Amino acid sequence: MAELDTSSKDGKGGKVRSKKASTRVDLTAMVDLAFLLITFFMLTTTLNKPQAMDLAMPDKDQKQTDQLAVAASRTMTILLGSGDKIEWYIGEPGKSAPTVEGFGKTGIRKTLLENSQKVKQTTGKDMFVIIKPSDKSVYKNMVDILDEMNIANIQSYGIVDISQPEIDLLKKDNIYQ
Amino acid sequence: MPRVKIKRKSTVTDMTAMCDVAFLLLTFFILTAKPKVPDPVEIDVPGSTVTIKQPEENIATLVVGKGKVFFDITGAKIRTTTLEQMGQKYSVTFNETEKARYASMQGVGVPMSQMKQYLDLESDQRENFKQPGIPADSVSNELFNWIREARIATKAINGAELRLSIKGDSKEEYPTIKKVIDILQKQKVNKFSLITSLRSAKK
Repeated sequence: MAELDTSSKDGKGGKVRSKKASTRVDLTAMVDLAFLLITFFMLTTTLNKPQAMDLAMPDKDQKQTDQLAVAASRTMTILLGSGDKIEWYIGEPGKSAPTVEGFGKTGIRKTLLENSQKVKQTTGKDMFVIIKPSDKSVYKNMVDILDEMNIANIQSYGIVDISQPEIDLLKKDNIYQ
Repeated sequence: MPRVKIKRKSTVTDMTAMCDVAFLLLTFFILTAKPKVPDPVEIDVPGSTVTIKQPEENIATLVVGKGKVFFDITGAKIRTTTLEQMGQKYSVTFNETEKARYASMQGVGVPMSQMKQYLDLESDQRENFKQPGIPADSVSNELFNWIREARIATKAINGAELRLSIKGDSKEEYPTIKKVIDILQKQKVNKFSLITSLRSAKK
């Protein structure tokens, strides 16, 4: 940085003075560098921490008797297929036509919100969602659908193994490849 | 006759104190920063809107990618104890250097039969070593034992329950994930976390 020389230069006195070298060092560049590094380390340490999504799976050894029977009318089943596609239906399989949909704001999120409102109005209880990932779906789909549950504020949901009739449904709609 | 000089003010400020503070903070951040060791396989973590941070202690991570599973535990002491217990189970004895090496590593995906050989490698050779992943099939379910021994070690050393989290690749097919979840459920671990990266709710 520019530094103004304010020391008088006129040597009119005639006396030869030994000029004392200044002990001051320009620290500007050093401070600049230090703050740059601080910013770097601050950002990397706080942003590095991964987010964790908690997931509770149903207990496998639980006896069938103490499981709560959920009315079919307020159960929504979501099947995860290949190619980021999902298929959903309400109630028992085969009784209502399944719908094929994609992820995102206009896809499953809208459906989830609409369905949960509808179920709330007709039965007065919250909707129960069953998620069935097929073997052709990827891990991202599973995380995405769990995230949608979070966004749509659905409290009760579970991940269950897929069954053969449901795989056939997916096959029929060409999202099991 | 002397001219009247206007005394100009110096623009130099004393930076010493500022420099001191800056370097103090810098030292603090450098010391607290954890070196990020790259994952054994390329992992593209899926995004989600959850913002709950993962705890730092008593946590084990199962890194799942390309059909392989890697196991990572936090805490050097727990790591060493887990390795010792695994060694006893599979009758492999590890010396102090090997234990220290294992303690400083992160995700490891080597079957017990190759573990000693892997730990004896120098760090630059180790990077080139192709890790086959921890066997998790029904014939030799080493992953099951790793998780169990790690849980026992955590309970014994820290007196706390080990939390498990799964760090999976976005493109990983569901059967691999299911296999891991099944192993966890076999030990009655029904609650675990999935590691995600941050994404805003709007798409």
